[in-house]
Amino acid sequence: MNNMALPPWASWVMLVGFMGFIGMVAVSIRRNRGVKRSLFAFPYGLWIVLFTLIPLLLIAYYAFTNKTGGFTLDNFKTFWDSNYEMRKQMLDLGVNPQDLGIARGNVNLDTLLYSLWMAFLCTLICLVMGYPAALFMADRSFKLGATLVVLFIIPMWMNFLLRTIAWMSLLEDNGLINTLLAAMGLPKMRLMYNSQAVLLGMVYNYLPFMVFPIYNSLSKQDRRLSEAAMDLGANSALTFLRVTMPLSLPGVVSGITMVFMPSVTTFFIPRVLGGGNTEMFGDLIERTFLSADNWNVGSALSLIMMVLILISLTLLRKADPEGEGSGTL
Amino acid sequence: MSKFMKRGYLALVLLFLYVPIIVLIVQSFNAGVSRAKWEGFSLQWYERLFNSPSIMNALYITVTIALLAAAIATVIGTLAAIGMHAMSKRPQGVMLTLTNIPMTMPDIVTGISLMLLFIFTQVPRGYFTMLLAHVTFNIPYVILSVMPKLKQMNKFSYEAALDLGATPGYALRRVILPSVMPGVITGALLSFTLSLDDFTISYFTTSPLVQNLSTLIYSEARKGIKPTMNALSALMFVALLVLLLAVNRRASLAHES
Amino acid sequence: MKKVIVLLLSILLALSVTAGLAEGTVNVFNWEDYINEDVIRLFEEETGIRVEYMNFTLNEDMMVQVRTSPGKFDVVFPSDYAIERMIAEGLLQPIDFEKVPNAAQILDWLQNPDYDPGHEYSVPYMWGTVGILYDTTKVDEPITSWGALFDEKYKDQVFMLDSPRDTLGIALKYLGYSVNSKNPVEIKEAADLLIEQKQKGIVKAYQVDETKDKMVAGEAALALVWSGDAQYAINLNPNLAYVVPQEGSNVWVDGMVIPSTAPNVENAHKFIDFLSRPDIAQMNVEYIEYSTPNVGAIELMGESYEGNPNLNPAQDVIDNCEFFHDNHDVKVLYDTFWGMVKNAK
Repeated sequence: MNNMALPPWASWVMLVGFMGFIGMVAVSIRRNRGVKRSLFAFPYGLWIVLFTLIPLLLIAYYAFTNKTGGFTLDNFKTFWDSNYEMRKQMLDLGVNPQDLGIARGNVNLDTLLYSLWMAFLCTLICLVMGYPAALFMADRSFKLGATLVVLFIIPMWMNFLLRTIAWMSLLEDNGLINTLLAAMGLPKMRLMYNSQAVLLGMVYNYLPFMVFPIYNSLSKQDRRLSEAAMDLGANSALTFLRVTMPLSLPGVVSGITMVFMPSVTTFFIPRVLGGGNTEMFGDLIERTFLSADNWNVGSALSLIMMVLILISLTLLRKADPEGEGSGTL
Repeated sequence: MSKFMKRGYLALVLLFLYVPIIVLIVQSFNAGVSRAKWEGFSLQWYERLFNSPSIMNALYITVTIALLAAAIATVIGTLAAIGMHAMSKRPQGVMLTLTNIPMTMPDIVTGISLMLLFIFTQVPRGYFTMLLAHVTFNIPYVILSVMPKLKQMNKFSYEAALDLGATPGYALRRVILPSVMPGVITGALLSFTLSLDDFTISYFTTSPLVQNLSTLIYSEARKGIKPTMNALSALMFVALLVLLLAVNRRASLAHES
Repeated sequence: MKKVIVLLLSILLALSVTAGLAEGTVNVFNWEDYINEDVIRLFEEETGIRVEYMNFTLNEDMMVQVRTSPGKFDVVFPSDYAIERMIAEGLLQPIDFEKVPNAAQILDWLQNPDYDPGHEYSVPYMWGTVGILYDTTKVDEPITSWGALFDEKYKDQVFMLDSPRDTLGIALKYLGYSVNSKNPVEIKEAADLLIEQKQKGIVKAYQVDETKDKMVAGEAALALVWSGDAQYAINLNPNLAYVVPQEGSNVWVDGMVIPSTAPNVENAHKFIDFLSRPDIAQMNVEYIEYSTPNVGAIELMGESYEGNPNLNPAQDVIDNCEFFHDNHDVKVLYDTFWGMVKNAK
């Protein structure tokens, strides 16, 4: 796997070149007053090439090669048929997989579909919970709006792993909630080791990302528009449906993007709150890379994930062509 | 809908967000290690916290990386936004799409792709690579915070300043920067927050020698998570809360006067 | 601007040379929380050698680090099958036992382990077994067989290990096969058993790190665990008990090895010898509470260790167990079948 590595000095040459380049651009901006303003984006352009595009190309390289570095499509066949590599190995060992009843395997595909379904549910719940919250916060008669935004950010400053583990101590069979139930003489409930608990953990982690963009687009709205609607005889429900809500759609679209994308590849949460009973795509990628130590298939899975995300991004772009809602805060 | 119901709803949502955090803080004062059983009030975890070199070191790494990454990303990102704003529609579109890639890339893919880059180029993974990774995922957020402010700005004021004899550097400092400052600050804060909370990308881009709080907590789980980590989170939480409320209060006071 | 560039460059260069080339250091790469920190301090005081201490959490991850960062590590602590793999890949150098006189303290049955034939490359550090940890308030029969983990009586009461090697391994053992089986028919049989166990709702969760704390809290009746975790849990909850089932099990060893690219070979030998000194080994055992291979340390601890069957099982229990061997030629089988188990509905 490392036979393709560059010599050690090469990385330093690249880094020095990069730094020198930024320096040159900076110097030329200082010296030459005719320099074009668009050149300011140059360091960033270079950064993107080095730390986003080249790493992505590396993923693509591993996805299309086998362990010895030759071109292959096997890694994608393994995505489609999770037993593909295993059957090949069995044949090498002199066992006919058909005798064992090993046919096409659905594990990878099922995991992807399950992850998409969970991400969809998570996004939906976040939207249903988050829209009213954003709406009430953006209400002009409510002075605490800005403070509340801060209150939504603060939980994100507690470590993500610890927050998830804290949920575990609430939901366990002998956890706080069940202890409370038992103290009140009620029967204990099964609250974790299942998909619902995973969903709860996801909603908990991603809800703020739905609230911010919606709040942003709602609070930017020209209040006179809804006032005009009211003056023209619309009641508050109609005003909301015909004026306020359509104008907040860019925020909704960007909220959906910001929740759905990370949801699909959630990992750690299924392990802690779901008891590892069902994997999500993030877990699958991690397991393939680290525990199974299979960088080629892991890269293929990552690449498929990326392509799916780029497709959905393009679709969402059509719904929000100006990218208006994406100002986050 | 009555005001009361609206506020009640907001209170419920906030309660949902804060319950686990309250649990964490309460656990940090528990005399025992158990997560569910209260064994009396104690400050022992706080004491242990300050006596643990590995936690203190991880805290130092987390905070310095978050500060450095936010600073570097803010400079590069602000410059990039200014540059992109001046571009014609097509290159700007290309740059915006490129900016969206790291933002929408799943953390795990970002982390793994950077790990492959560092292994491929034989850059030893550690503090420096983790910093590079954090800057990488922060820049797009800075750009997206600054861009809207640039759009609100008068297009010709920069050119006007140049025509009046200002150097580009001077015009940048005196004309552009002041009007985009709120966006720059938002971007910096957002970067700092993201950096502080990141686990996945750090996990893949650092070496075992350099652990931030997230990777330390992850590897500590092997022996059972001790409430020392809760104690640390509780302290950080209170410190940041006080800081934020102070800033907020100052801002609102300034606004009123 | 030039100054800034020069400064940046010098910082970069400084970063690149600090990687342990200096004399008088030893770069140790060990499992998280797997040493008594006082031991490191004592070593530094006695020898004047500075210890750079690094942690890993997975053998596979550790091997990637050793492969891709040559010259970074002097002493590494891989498990048995990982030692075997690293020897095969040429990642290790033979240990000069003249410089490690304390290695003579190692238990007889670990003197010539089959993962390191000829005992050239590794010195055992800690060892243990895989078995069942059970809650005597929830289980009212003596547990002697792996069969308990597959018994519908314990529906929704069993924690399994989220680790393909260990979980498939004990299923193989229960079926009467070797934990190192390379026979696809046997591995499939084991996977089918685990899938059935899951579909019947016997398994509550697949986890690794969380199990011990949860058993202490009484979250399940039975759990597949490593003996070290079992001891940790029993210390906190005396209602728990540990057993290595009669069908036999896996016995594992974490050894100390020196990578072939180690920059400080002398110091690496000194460090390994130091950890094999009976009083030092005792300090580590009492902190980590795993089984020690060190005869001198066992004598020093006396009854408190020798009388504990979890840490010091009878020789016939050990003889009934197998080491894991490197299985990279059938790894894809284990991993694929494991994927089926994890995603069975």
